[in-house]
Amino acid sequence: MEIIRVGMGEYKTAKAPALLVSFGLGSCVGVALYCGAKKIGGLAHIMLPDSSLTGKSDFNPGKFADTAIDLLILEMRNKGANTKKLVAKIAGGAQMFQLKSENSVMMIGKRNVEAVRKKLSELNIDLIAEDVEGNYGRTIEFCCDTGKLTVKTIGHGIKIL
Amino acid sequence: MFKEMELDALKEIGNIGAGNAATALSMLLSKRVKMRIPEVKVLPFDEVSKLVGGPENMVTGIFFRIEGELAFNILFIMQPADTLNLLKIMLRQEKTELDLTALEESALKEMGNIIASAFVAALADFTGLSLRVSVPCLAIDMAGAILSFPLSLYGYIGDTAFLLETEFEEGLDGIKVHFFLIPDDDNAFRVLLNTIGVRASNGDNTCGDGRI
Repeated sequence: MEIIRVGMGEYKTAKAPALLVSFGLGSCVGVALYCGAKKIGGLAHIMLPDSSLTGKSDFNPGKFADTAIDLLILEMRNKGANTKKLVAKIAGGAQMFQLKSENSVMMIGKRNVEAVRKKLSELNIDLIAEDVEGNYGRTIEFCCDTGKLTVKTIGHGIKIL
Repeated sequence: MFKEMELDALKEIGNIGAGNAATALSMLLSKRVKMRIPEVKVLPFDEVSKLVGGPENMVTGIFFRIEGELAFNILFIMQPADTLNLLKIMLRQEKTELDLTALEESALKEMGNIIASAFVAALADFTGLSLRVSVPCLAIDMAGAILSFPLSLYGYIGDTAFLLETEFEEGLDGIKVHFFLIPDDDNAFRVLLNTIGVRASNGDNTCGDGRI
């Protein structure tokens, strides 16, 4: 079975039986999209909520919730997925350090989750499962055969979404 | 892009700060502490966690937010065995598991506080900049998750990580404390260079190909 690693700020798509994996998500959010009919999956490892804050025109769009999800869907469509019938599962968005800061810039995890939810709802994609926030890291494995998202942690158990 | 000379200047600033930090650690532990010459690194976000054993490796992270005339983040990372050894030196108690008590967490945070403050104090003295250090935050978890927060802050403007990195090593037991300084943006390093009179070029790190 092919295992495809999706690093920070990357997005990748694959067909069954491949496994899409992101290691050690902290404040980042893993967005898994699935086309059950064609067994095509896509995983984006999103770092930040909003590309408008970058102040640059030339940036890696895979980093931001508002740009990465569009590109992920496009790539899934090119692979033959029916992008009208995608479902989404998300995990991550933790706050690893409990900073006593008023500054919302410091709450990246929570803001990433909110931005991803907003983007998915704009695109009319059903968010069918999530394991988000908290203060611990997660490794996620997205199985393109079953559409199951396995979330592994240190000391907080394993969840299958 | 930063020029060779500017990178040397940044390294030297790092060296002054880290030298002070190593001295502080040495006094705290009453042990000899060795320090590697700090390096300025530009590398893909994912490569950073490889410096401390890979993204899933369990590590201890102690985080500080520095604000004032410069905004950056300091992160100490230690392996589990080194964390336990440090606690043994500081609290004189044997420990085999990383299920820390409040006192043990507090001891680690305080150690971080002493090193980070020594670093920032040296930096502030040298540059005349006014800097504030946050209270310490501690997490024991996957290295990738611990690094993701400061790396993401830099991610707003950069497509690759840009950081100053060094390692302190205690002489007898070989306890290693990895030190990362991760700026919010390239401006932090530029302000530093300007302050010490190195005229900074329009250095930025947008090309994302790992070149400086």
